[in-house]
Amino acid sequence: MTTATTSTSKVAADTSGGSLRFYGVWLLGIAALIVLPMIFSSGGSLTSFSLIGIAIVFALSYNILLGQTGLLSFGHAVHYGLGGFAACHMMNAVVSHGWPIPLPFIPLFGGLGGLIFAVIIGWVMTKRAGTVFAMISLGIGELVASSSLILRSVFGGESGITTDRTALPKMLGWSFGSQLQVYYLIAFWLVLSTIAMYALTRTPLGRISNAVRDNPERVQFIGYDPHVVRYLAFCFAGFFAGVAGGLAAINFEIANSAYLGAIQSGFVLFSTFIGGTAYFFGPILGAIMVTYLQLGLANLTSAWQLYFGIIFIGIVMFSPGGIAGLLMMHRPLVRAGTLWTVIPSYLVAVVPTLAFACGVILTIETVARYSTGEAINLFGIGFKPTSPITWIAAAVLVVGGAFIARLSWRQIAEAWDRAATIARDRGYVA
Amino acid sequence: MSGAVSDKGAAIEVRAVEKRFGNVGIIRDLNLSVAQGERHAIIGPNGAGKSTTFNLISGHIKPTSGEVRLNGDVISGLRPFEINRRGLSRSFQVTNVFARMTVWENVRCAVLWATGHRYAFWKNVDSLPEVRERTAQILDDIHLTHRRDVPAGLLTYAEQRELEIGITIAGGATVVMLDEPTAGMSHAETDRAVSLIRRLTEGKTLVIVEHDMSVVFGLADRISVLVYGHIIASGTPEEIRRDPKVKEAYLGEEAH
Amino acid sequence: MLELVVISTLNGVLFGMLLFLLSSGLTVIFSMMGVLNFAHASFYMLGAFFGFQLTKWIGFWPALVLAPLLVGAIGMAVERYGLRNTHKHGHVAELLLTFGLAFAIEEIVSMIWGKSPLDYRVPALLDFPAFTIFSTNYPAYKIFMLAVSVIIFVALLIVLKRTRVGLIVQAALTHPHMVGHLGHNVGRVFMAVFGVGSALAGLAGVIAGPALVTQSDMAASLGPILFVVIVFGGLGSLPGAFIASLVIGLVQTFAVALDGSLASALGPLDPSAGPSVLTDIWNVTIAQVAPIVPYVLLVIILIVRPMGLMGTRES
Repeated sequence: MTTATTSTSKVAADTSGGSLRFYGVWLLGIAALIVLPMIFSSGGSLTSFSLIGIAIVFALSYNILLGQTGLLSFGHAVHYGLGGFAACHMMNAVVSHGWPIPLPFIPLFGGLGGLIFAVIIGWVMTKRAGTVFAMISLGIGELVASSSLILRSVFGGESGITTDRTALPKMLGWSFGSQLQVYYLIAFWLVLSTIAMYALTRTPLGRISNAVRDNPERVQFIGYDPHVVRYLAFCFAGFFAGVAGGLAAINFEIANSAYLGAIQSGFVLFSTFIGGTAYFFGPILGAIMVTYLQLGLANLTSAWQLYFGIIFIGIVMFSPGGIAGLLMMHRPLVRAGTLWTVIPSYLVAVVPTLAFACGVILTIETVARYSTGEAINLFGIGFKPTSPITWIAAAVLVVGGAFIARLSWRQIAEAWDRAATIARDRGYVA
Repeated sequence: MSGAVSDKGAAIEVRAVEKRFGNVGIIRDLNLSVAQGERHAIIGPNGAGKSTTFNLISGHIKPTSGEVRLNGDVISGLRPFEINRRGLSRSFQVTNVFARMTVWENVRCAVLWATGHRYAFWKNVDSLPEVRERTAQILDDIHLTHRRDVPAGLLTYAEQRELEIGITIAGGATVVMLDEPTAGMSHAETDRAVSLIRRLTEGKTLVIVEHDMSVVFGLADRISVLVYGHIIASGTPEEIRRDPKVKEAYLGEEAH
Repeated sequence: MLELVVISTLNGVLFGMLLFLLSSGLTVIFSMMGVLNFAHASFYMLGAFFGFQLTKWIGFWPALVLAPLLVGAIGMAVERYGLRNTHKHGHVAELLLTFGLAFAIEEIVSMIWGKSPLDYRVPALLDFPAFTIFSTNYPAYKIFMLAVSVIIFVALLIVLKRTRVGLIVQAALTHPHMVGHLGHNVGRVFMAVFGVGSALAGLAGVIAGPALVTQSDMAASLGPILFVVIVFGGLGSLPGAFIASLVIGLVQTFAVALDGSLASALGPLDPSAGPSVLTDIWNVTIAQVAPIVPYVLLVIILIVRPMGLMGTRES
């Protein structure tokens, strides 16, 4: 999973060592998925793992558009939501008609739900790329979300469509009543979808999608219609988003209009972009981090969404490659053996950067809790939002932290440039 | 994309093509004929419409009137990829590669359509032997094998120009159009590029726009001179050298 | 019926002019900088909230001037410290930056002012019915809103046609590639344009706040319609944005006012058939469909004329 989607010119199977490492990463991932619930077996962590698994499939499907094909969508949740509704209706139909379809097959119908809508609307939507596509995806997203409230018989209005996953035929004795069994179902589909989506990046279509992302004009002069490429990529993204929605429907036993709304679309955009769109594993990191933060932060502060906004803006401005991009920046340094030259500057930067971050957090929490007067607990230190001492502390941390942190970041940039130059001279560019 | 083309008449036939942007005629009554297997250079002062002519033939822009034929079939009005599939490929004056993809990926993408893999999403792109061999061959031809894993955006300028040529010929087109392939290159790089072009377009039809007269007269079988969107002369290098109209219009401009 | 037509036309034109206050700034910014400012509707929201707060402190009339200036200053800061640094990463990064901003602004606004609607009142000076048509009193404040929008519209026209900056903007609208050749002060021109665009959005917020609902989700609900307007009109076309603003304003206002459904026009369906998609569509009123009308228009225009009404550009 650590292979860059754009630079796998060395076929993994070329060398036995590369092949071992390649399959090793996948097997390790699968093993981790199997073992995880045995180590963290509480109901809470099982629920979290399940949500993270769904979020990973969703984010990877989104990256087929954003990272692989260069299409920025503001309405990807449409396919997720329609997948969820398709799965719910299918589950209810299986139960009422007595079809012999067990639960593990249901996400496939979710995928079909997402795919069918993509097939219908995609051709018009992908006529144009760039900003226009982004705006259209937003409009279509709003259209579907609003329509779902009108077509009550299909979408169940405000309350949505409920279902009972345990009423479906059993498979191998599993009734999927417990969260553990649902977790394994999600993990199974996570592995399946991830392999499929990774494989997609290594097909002719996957590569041409990259080419369309980089230079749609040039693609036309090597025989390809970029519109067709975008359309096909859109359909695949719709299918896997539908799978994720189907998994969500199984997990929550409900599908409602929130599934297809703008918030869900924004969430997948955040996860994918924060994780990093240039590498296949980026969205996986992003989905894990954002879902985990979402679950954790929501209990701690009412302003948790603002933190997402700030992290997102920070990533866009300072590290558009996301977390994966930051990590992979260091690969040539590691391979050239010059990484140790930048570590000291990182260590120097830790304290002022943390101070700056604390200042920002203190400021936000002070504003958020000013009216309620609820105390702020920052690393064990209590602050009163109405007290001037808190305001001064926040101001000092923000201004002072920013000033010193900027100096230390400059140091990092210089040290990094030196190390990268040496690495390049030694022949490591990526 | 067969090699037997002699029975189809001219490789490229441009008849009475006009291109207007608003009221401004950029190209007026353009007529051009390029025979099969010919190396044809288009020269002319800056702003004469050379790149526009390229764009008109390759489908990048549509002519206001007139028609363009490729191997006898009308191609004006077709989309660029449709024209490319009929065996015409072109390069760009401004380097136009896939910047974030490696050199290998760049060339391989250009090979995929011609080898019939098209939009396939059920094949592993790494296990297509004919694609791999052809890509490796082209990388070897353009001397970039040692740079195969470098993202194209990180290549030197001259290397990017070579890659541009590699992408252009990778699909196996029988008609190759190169837009100022040696622009901005040093003397040594230009010599290298010319021998590269000569070798890679062996047996194909070549149309080239070029400012470097030594390249033009060294490479071309025939030359057309374009001035203000109109071809004022067409002939062998010797004929063009002697043509008084060319001397007046073209060399006069150079003297400024 | 005539009453409904007259009132709805007035309201529709009013809504359309408000939309144009927003879409004109968005269009000019897009044409010159290639950036579609996702946070444009957020500046509108900031205008409304600043207007509310300043009205509370110093009264409506000073607020009418100060709040847009404040929003304009924020817009200039966003351009100077945000977009300019993101420019090197491309237009998608710029769009994402403004998307993040829109998200953050909504969170900050709801953090400070809460999530429920504010009590942003029409100023006492304008709180009377301007005239009565048939049996409806038409509020003077709406006439005031219309007047402000029209004044700004005329002022914009004059600036565009008569001033140097206007010429630059016009040149940028028709020849976007030439913007780079504006010379060394291109950064200042961008900042000014972004600032003015944001200030106009802010002004729209101040005057719309008392008439519509001032609430922290107002940007999220207006934003998508705004983007429909500029895609519908044709990206980068000011006349297109103007026509599209009026069309969408009128269509939506009329839709909201109409209570009819297929059932009321053609009679109810056979009740024995039970609930289905058909009964949903049969029984829904036009007013209930109003929110999706702009998006339906968007889909239709994309099929019929992918460039938009007056658009000339690919992207």
